[in-house]
Amino acid sequence: MKRFFTPLAEPAVRRVVIASLTLGGAVGVFALSFGVASVSAGASVWQTCALSLFVFTGASQFSAMSVVGAGGSLAAAFGGAALLAARNFVYGLALSSSAKSMAGSLPRRIFAAHFVIDETTALALAQESPRLRKIAFWTTGIALFSFWNLGTLIGALAGSAIDPQKFGLDIAFPAAFIVMLLPHLRSNIGRQAAALGGVLCLISISFVPIGIPILIAASAVLVGLRK
Amino acid sequence: MINQSPTNLWLMIIALAVTAYLFKIFGLVILGSRQLPKVVDRCLGLIPAALLSALVAKDTFSIGQSLVIDARVAGFTVAVIAAWRRAPLIVVVVLAAGATALVRAV
Repeated sequence: MKRFFTPLAEPAVRRVVIASLTLGGAVGVFALSFGVASVSAGASVWQTCALSLFVFTGASQFSAMSVVGAGGSLAAAFGGAALLAARNFVYGLALSSSAKSMAGSLPRRIFAAHFVIDETTALALAQESPRLRKIAFWTTGIALFSFWNLGTLIGALAGSAIDPQKFGLDIAFPAAFIVMLLPHLRSNIGRQAAALGGVLCLISISFVPIGIPILIAASAVLVGLRK
Repeated sequence: MINQSPTNLWLMIIALAVTAYLFKIFGLVILGSRQLPKVVDRCLGLIPAALLSALVAKDTFSIGQSLVIDARVAGFTVAVIAAWRRAPLIVVVVLAAGATALVRAV
């Protein structure tokens, strides 16, 4: 135990750990709303928890259940969610040069891959030394995984106990999406992609099966070809 | 609401879990430190902007395949203002749900 707590005496390590835990708490709240929204969309408590345990990438989980809840096909729900998960591939690439020092042996790297998401990548890459990077990756990964799954379970149990429509909880999905979207609107090109994505979705909604408009909207990323 | 059998939903969850994990492990372990072409990198980085915005549009302004304007617009407006004022997520969701429920009740 002493060996475990000694590094915390170091200010730099303490900063990283505090940042991870703060982020974990915030993500737990996100998970609450996922739990509520997912059972409102028709998933069971078990299915909702399985999404958080095994998919473990927030935006994809939200997207999948949002399409399912609207009555879309499972293929369409899967397609949009998979596209959103594709960014973890980019994060993995960004982290790969530190993968050996962060996770060591191949089996440990294979295990670490499950934790490659927005927050772990951001906090790990913000550190200067390989040692701090390793600490940031694992503390963020473990804190997020714990809070995300605990929050999901509580939200799912609460959500199945109330009438979601009556409490306006069908707005929980778009409200969470708005919060997730904001950081992407800081750049000009991000705003263009968002505007085009929204418009493409609304235009196509009446003409194609439910869920497909989300896939059509994905073509808005082609604004990245210019420049 | 849902028109899927639980079994099919389970299959989708499993497929999504496997796909998400493959994306993660492909970058971290399999491809290693290879660089993507700049333009591919940029387009992949725009996926959340395009898709999240589309999801907001769909969840606020449609039911099934019809475009509708209903109580959710009130929640949407409140959510945008609250998020823009940097309110924490739980506050954004509670305010938006409250506004939607209120409009529905009157």
